[in-house]
Amino acid sequence: MSGTAKTDVKAEEPSFKREMLAALPSLRAFAMSLIGRHDRADDLVQDTIMKAWAKQDHFEMGTNMKAWLFTILRNELYSQMRKRGREVQDSDGYFTESLAQHPAQYGSLDLQDFKRALDQLPPDQREAIILVGASGFSYDEAAEICGCALGTIKSRVNRARQRLQDILQVTGENEYGPDATSAPLTSRAFVS
Amino acid sequence: MSYKTGAERGAVKPVHADDPNGQIATKLRALYISVQEEAIPDRFLDLLEQLDAVEQKQSNAGMAE
Repeated sequence: MSGTAKTDVKAEEPSFKREMLAALPSLRAFAMSLIGRHDRADDLVQDTIMKAWAKQDHFEMGTNMKAWLFTILRNELYSQMRKRGREVQDSDGYFTESLAQHPAQYGSLDLQDFKRALDQLPPDQREAIILVGASGFSYDEAAEICGCALGTIKSRVNRARQRLQDILQVTGENEYGPDATSAPLTSRAFVS
Repeated sequence: MSYKTGAERGAVKPVHADDPNGQIATKLRALYISVQEEAIPDRFLDLLEQLDAVEQKQSNAGMAE
């Protein structure tokens, strides 16, 4: 049982892979919620797997694999966005894609509306509300994943909630009034 | 753009004016879970197998030297 360093490493290899596999469903859900398109979300997940695998020596077994992978994924997303400019954001494209290729998954039109509303949030607010509201992270963990202060995360989540309420109310009850893009801006002007 | 009739909208979106955050939280989780519950695509299972195989090969080669 003494175990040289080498046998220790060997024993860890399969469980690193296992833990990664276990975290993949939520990692995909995170990517999909952030980006809104299956194909791009899965490309990002693939990049994240490659990065994480290359960096596995930096991961401490027994610590939070999910948080570690989420951190890598969001850093990778923002570095890709910086490289490509705003090309990653493509709301018309993702809407077409999700209707055409994944009708069953987002069968509820209500959820389609929500997806579009989510896409209208600034990226920092979107990731904050996803991490806390859907991924099950605490505010502390979310702050660590995003590399910002606890107060910053809290205020981003609050602003995201407010913004989503504004958008969804407008698109739901006022369909023949201002269009979905300008209406939230108009209503926001009164708030601020 | 909306495909809903007024009746459908009323059914799906009952007005809980007192708890709009609850509705938002529910929808956010529904969207998230719909992806999370999908089977892991084969491309990721294959990728992990490949990464693992490459690593095994490398560590075997290292021992042989």
